[in-house]
Amino acid sequence: MTYITKLSNYVRSEGDPKVLRSGPSSLGTSDQLARALGWFSLGLGIAEIVAPQRFTRALGMEGSEGLVRAYGAREIAAGMMTLSPDKTMGLWSRVAGDGLDIVTLLGGLHRDNPKRANVAAALSVVLGVTVLDFIGAKATAARHTRGNGPHRLYSDRSGFPKGLEAARRLRRSPPIVPSASTATAALRSAQ
Amino acid sequence: MRALVWHGKEDIRCDTVTDPEIEDERDAIVKVTSCAICGSDLHLFHNFIPAMLPGDIIGHEMMGEVVEVGSGVNGKLKQGERVVVPFTIICGECEQCKRGNFSVCERTNRNKHIADKVFGHTTAGLFGYTHLTGGYPGGQAEYVRVPYADTTHIKVPDSLTDEQVLFLGDIFPTGWQAAVQCDIEPTDTVAVWGCGPVGQMAIRSAILLGAEQVIAIDRLPERLSMAEAGGAIAIDFEQESVVERLNELTDGKGPEKCIDAIGMESHVTPSQPDTLLDRAKQMMMLESDRPHVLREMIYVCRPGGIISIPGVYSGFADKVPMGPLMNKGLTIRTGQTHVNRWTDDLLRRIEDGEIDPSFVITHIASLEEGPEMYKVFRDKQDSCIKVVLKP
Repeated sequence: MTYITKLSNYVRSEGDPKVLRSGPSSLGTSDQLARALGWFSLGLGIAEIVAPQRFTRALGMEGSEGLVRAYGAREIAAGMMTLSPDKTMGLWSRVAGDGLDIVTLLGGLHRDNPKRANVAAALSVVLGVTVLDFIGAKATAARHTRGNGPHRLYSDRSGFPKGLEAARRLRRSPPIVPSASTATAALRSAQ
Repeated sequence: MRALVWHGKEDIRCDTVTDPEIEDERDAIVKVTSCAICGSDLHLFHNFIPAMLPGDIIGHEMMGEVVEVGSGVNGKLKQGERVVVPFTIICGECEQCKRGNFSVCERTNRNKHIADKVFGHTTAGLFGYTHLTGGYPGGQAEYVRVPYADTTHIKVPDSLTDEQVLFLGDIFPTGWQAAVQCDIEPTDTVAVWGCGPVGQMAIRSAILLGAEQVIAIDRLPERLSMAEAGGAIAIDFEQESVVERLNELTDGKGPEKCIDAIGMESHVTPSQPDTLLDRAKQMMMLESDRPHVLREMIYVCRPGGIISIPGVYSGFADKVPMGPLMNKGLTIRTGQTHVNRWTDDLLRRIEDGEIDPSFVITHIASLEEGPEMYKVFRDKQDSCIKVVLKP
């Protein structure tokens, strides 16, 4: 049971049930991975927008602050999507973004860059995260897919025990549309 | 006891919780024998409706046996009686209840001060549906405390099964009210967007209320097949243009009556670009609802027609075409369901064999399987249309 759940028990009225023990969640492992990656994406995106010079300085790519900010906006958008019910799409957008990051970092690996060791380290981190994003995207897609197989049809479920045609014939009789007063009378009779 | 508890976005768990207790003299405790997952529970599952707290018990479609009553129930409900619990909690005494407008009961929302601020005026308390509507624990549980129990119940006879009467608490009267609001005439075409459980009930209600032609719009073959079985003509919006097909079926005039059984979470598809924009805005919290269906209904509805909205909307929707709405003289009718206004008549129809709402059930599971069933229902897996849980 989380701290917030425990805390929420205190705001419930006396007769309301309070959580004692939590059972298994509807969130699967892949959903939890997606959630972690979504928050990571948001955090990284905010950092890239707020302090792009820290990234460019560390990577020896001064002058590319605008590009880092743009990548930050992309990270935030991907993070929001990954945290939403459309998490699979969010994770695939992260994989695509990782590809862009890799291409950009490869450009900083040239011999003239005194920070190329940092670039190589960043590249290895991005590659690791890419693997996680890819695994997450595949796993959430598999978990939440509707499936392409044959779907059951319910052509025998009219809901009309006497048949559809009998139900259509009922329309000849005037519908009972309760007015407010008859509704109140119904309520009284229910009592 | 065990109950399905909301812990956050897409995080439902079958928890062990304390038993509910009588708080007020008008309370009763009901041992739940059957409950169901509603399409509108998915809005909570997705955290699209604010004011949920981790630890909230969800569920507002339930029935069972009365096991304890407060002293103020005054014999109107007795231990051992079998009841369906309507999802709207009603006092039966306020001005709105006396008018039959039960879903806007003025007294039962115990967080009235919040609802007054958010909606302008309070609406009724609801079971398991956010603290905006009272924060009452829901019925996907072994037991539920029913406030204002002397009025908030529907007694059902032992001759009918749980499956036949369970939906009197929500989806059946919701579909019925949606159709009644259309003022259906014998020459009318009624188009129903969405063939989930409420859409299915609306289709059958429109048939029973005498529509000449009922048209069902969805994309899932299992749902469309069930709609056709109920007497509707099916339109698969991923295969054909809804507007063109509706005009074709109505000699170019459009349906007189349109029912939105979708609400705030319209399906997102590239063939309907506005749905992509809505989804992006919703994700960035620039818009709370995705009103594609509403736009389409306003566009295609016959001038002078009626648009009925049983689908749940929570907040703000963009780009609603007010020009066509006004110039075509359309009438919009909406609202949460005034459940007890309709249930006497609907129970009689079930008893008379006019309709058996159990047709919509595709999955029956235990309460422990509830979290998994939320996923199955949301992802439309295993041809799932309606899940009933047995605590």
